[in-house]
Amino acid sequence: MAMEMRLPVARKLPSESLGRDTKKHLVVPGDTITTDTGFMRGHGTYMGEEKLIASVAGCVERVNKLICVKALKTRYNGEVGDIVVGRITERRRSAEDELAMRGFLQEGDLISAEVQAVFSDGAVSLHTRSLKYGKLGQGVLVQVSPSLVKRQKTHFHDLPCGASVILGNNGFIWIYPTPEYKEEDAGGFIADLEPVSLADREVISRLRNCVVALATQRMMLYDTSILYCYEASLPHQIKDILKPEITEEIVLETRQRLLEQEG
Amino acid sequence: MAGLELLSDQGYRVDGRRAGELRKIQARMGVFAQADGSAYIEQGNTKALAVVYGPHEIRGSRSRALPDRALVNCQYSSATFSTAERKRRPHGDRKSCELGLQLRQTFEAAILTQLHPRSQIDIYVQVLQADGGTYAACVNAATLAVLDAGIPMRDFVCACSAGFVDGTALTDLSHVEEASGSPQLALALLPASGQIALLEMDARLHEDHLEQVLEAAAQAARGVHTLLDRVVRQHVREASILLGD
Repeated sequence: MAMEMRLPVARKLPSESLGRDTKKHLVVPGDTITTDTGFMRGHGTYMGEEKLIASVAGCVERVNKLICVKALKTRYNGEVGDIVVGRITERRRSAEDELAMRGFLQEGDLISAEVQAVFSDGAVSLHTRSLKYGKLGQGVLVQVSPSLVKRQKTHFHDLPCGASVILGNNGFIWIYPTPEYKEEDAGGFIADLEPVSLADREVISRLRNCVVALATQRMMLYDTSILYCYEASLPHQIKDILKPEITEEIVLETRQRLLEQEG
Repeated sequence: MAGLELLSDQGYRVDGRRAGELRKIQARMGVFAQADGSAYIEQGNTKALAVVYGPHEIRGSRSRALPDRALVNCQYSSATFSTAERKRRPHGDRKSCELGLQLRQTFEAAILTQLHPRSQIDIYVQVLQADGGTYAACVNAATLAVLDAGIPMRDFVCACSAGFVDGTALTDLSHVEEASGSPQLALALLPASGQIALLEMDARLHEDHLEQVLEAAAQAARGVHTLLDRVVRQHVREASILLGD
């Protein structure tokens, strides 16, 4: 079996031309953002001696009177209405819980859910009270940083290339074969164990590698970027997508296409 | 060591530096993809690696959870090949436990733990090559790693060691200078406010000299801050270019 090895090479710094022209206000902890007391302080800042000081390293975002600093990489912070994908690790052992839920969701199941409420200590409460949420069947899970998932109106996408994707706000991305018919009455609790065809599997593998490639190059993940990346990767073999040179090439092409589309 | 002059008449140290000069510092953030935050630093020949996980749920007993803030857990480990003689126990020995405790005290002062109640933040530091100033290198590496993880901090924590030889305060001591037996202290500073996070010394120094040595250490720590600040800004700039919008 052939093995591939490579020697370390010096990193190429990303060229300045890739970014937009807007000058972003980058801060590090300890930096004073402003001495104007009229602003409300948001995440990533704290008040010290009449000054607003940054507490994380990132760029300053100002929405009217609210100033917050968006860190480059953070753990997921739940907000009401977010879609999350996750695995059940532990559950309550009360009597009525046993009767009602054990039949549907077990420990170890992968589910999609929506955030219902956030507690003061950061814990979130989830619900699956809609037919589009529930247990996830056959597919591939990719874990990326939550800061790379763009906030959109909907996080469930049926991509034209032949697979569907759920972009969880917590950074868990679920790629699965598009169900042929929507079972309206069963909801999300019956796992579909029909064998998946080779063509569908290849599409899903390619999508998975594209998502990993975009994540390593720190690009925002949303349906358009994933689709453009998929199309840019078609000339290459699926397993080659993760090679550093090919990853760079594909992501550069995706970036350029996205810039053209907006410009 | 008899005959080894730590400070020459012209004011040069063993490695050619001046009394208040720092060694060459190189640092990088985000060296590991799996950890929440990671960083690597080289201060002269001292090389340290720091990895941060968190904030996450408390592992083990839930009773240790603090209701109003996060628990900071630090572990210091030095590789068996880090010193001239091969070390038998990389962690768990007294010096490692003590350094781990000192790191924990330092970071509890700097991290805004009230923002993450009932969680735990793990900081692991590993020294790959020890040539003096290991505590300082660990603190500097851990600061970068905590920043990389996006955990909110009051300010950078910059540390430096300092000693006192022939009436002059020397900063950023190498192993030779540390082993000479002259008094030395380690200082961890929050540069913006000038507050001291930790000051450690276990030697005898006349109180008249303390201020001089402390001032030299603080000055050196601010020098370290300038460098770490540059590293972090460069990293943030590169990442924000890649992120685009």
